[in-house]
Amino acid sequence: MIEIKNIHKSFGSHKVINDVSFVFEQGKTNLIIGESGSGKTTILKLMVGLHEVDNGEILYNGENFPTLDLKGKQEIRKKIGMLFQGGALFDSQTLEENVRFPLDMFTDMSKEEKQERVNFCLDKVQLTNKNKLYPGELSGGMKKRAALARAIANNPKYLFCDEPNSGLDPKTSIVIDNLIQSLTKEFNITTIVITHDMNSVVEIGEKILYIYKGNPWWTGTGKEIFNTTNPELLDFVFASGFMKEIYHAVKNK
Amino acid sequence: MKLFFHFGRYFLLIKRVFSKPEKLSVYTKQILYEIDKIGISSLPIIAIISFFMGGVITIQSAFGFTSPLVPLYAVGFTVRESMLSEFCPTIVSLILAGKIGSNIASEIGSMRITEQIDALEIMGINSAGYLILPKIVAGVVILPFLIAISMFLGIVGGYIMGLAVGAVTSYEYIFGIQAFFEPWKLYYSFTKVITFAFLITSISSYFGFYTEGGALEVGKSSTSAVVYSSILILIFNFLITQLFYT
Ligand SMILES: Nc1ncnc2c1ncn2[C@@H]1O[C@H](COP(=O)(O)OP(=O)(O)OP(=O)(O)O)[C@@H](O)[C@H]1O
Ligand SMILES: [Mg+2]
Repeated sequence: MIEIKNIHKSFGSHKVINDVSFVFEQGKTNLIIGESGSGKTTILKLMVGLHEVDNGEILYNGENFPTLDLKGKQEIRKKIGMLFQGGALFDSQTLEENVRFPLDMFTDMSKEEKQERVNFCLDKVQLTNKNKLYPGELSGGMKKRAALARAIANNPKYLFCDEPNSGLDPKTSIVIDNLIQSLTKEFNITTIVITHDMNSVVEIGEKILYIYKGNPWWTGTGKEIFNTTNPELLDFVFASGFMKEIYHAVKNK
Repeated sequence: MKLFFHFGRYFLLIKRVFSKPEKLSVYTKQILYEIDKIGISSLPIIAIISFFMGGVITIQSAFGFTSPLVPLYAVGFTVRESMLSEFCPTIVSLILAGKIGSNIASEIGSMRITEQIDALEIMGINSAGYLILPKIVAGVVILPFLIAISMFLGIVGGYIMGLAVGAVTSYEYIFGIQAFFEPWKLYYSFTKVITFAFLITSISSYFGFYTEGGALEVGKSSTSAVVYSSILILIFNFLITQLFYT
């Protein structure tokens, strides 16, 4: 479980995160949703210490992350698997080396065990037999999936995914969503997914935090979201006419 | 003011670079990889430059020494002295600052802007140590060898080109390059080389590591890396020369 309590962040005079509190539960896929530029990525980066909070607490099972020393932070980070919005694959390494990297660094697995694990992870994200390709040789969506494979390689306790299915077709999107969800259940991971994809919201949104211009605006589940009366969230959910039609069709049945 | 800022941040970074590595085996692999990238790939350019510079210095001194009081073996002596104590350690290092420095800064810089360094940090890895230490170690280990090869090729170049244009005879040249040899000058040269190797790799890594922004800034970092490495090479060349000669 991870709890954030009253976190604040400004870049210069620009207030980006304003008094956000939330509990990300273990064994659940917790979603952060919101428009582009609302501060979703910033929250995640605050949680892992890539940005420092101006104020507030970030509790990993009760341990307040910002007040830990570097060693303490590193101990927690080793349990985090993170998928960056841009992938952040290591350019100079093949897919296989990228996925193996956390295993090389932090485990004493044998060569064969590592190979097996790498193939398993690549398989899960549907990149079987792409082991020897370099990131430069992949499409945008493939990079995302490869980065997810790296994030889950070392059995993380916390899995943070920044838009795991942006740039993916609807079918692959669902595969990735389901993968994230099933890993979360199977290994009882505390998972946080950032997304704007309403499909994902409905499919895997067990606990949702909606951020509006840096403020915590709404919380609830993927089912509850359609019954909201919150005007900004309604705008967000029903941004497309298609969504509205589906909603009414389902409601009138 | 800005200079103090860079100074402070540079030393803090170096401190992080030399903190205890996570896993030695991974570092060893990285060092070998960097030795290959920094060292072996620089060989061709160093070989060409040294060979021709040796030749040119031979010809210039052979036709420059017109006084009958200067013995003919002075040509070989001059080539050896200038190659060993100045051209190879300093000028070749300056050239390498351009080649290696821009390479290191742009590599680390682009890792910074594409969040690869953040990704390392998130995994709980000391990114400064992982990325920079292997480069510094590789540079300090391999540069002395490169410079030694450069010295050798410079003297060989002088011999071959000197003979080819009829500037020296084989006997005089070989006598000259052995005349009045003082071993401490080799210590002097290699002290310089090791210092310069450290300066080039660490300063370039520093500028790459603190790149902010996009591709444009990576270009700027790589320019700064070359400029500052070169200036510091010149300053340290002066300081070390003072130390040895006075
Ligand atoms: N390093 C930074 N320095 C200054 N401002 C920043 C920095 N990072 C983010 N911001 C600002 O913070 C705000 C929120 O950015 P953030 O990346 O968190 O948005 P986001 O919700 O993830 O958007 P998207 O869905 O487009 O990824 C933006 O206005 C952005 O300009
Ligand atoms: Mg974002």
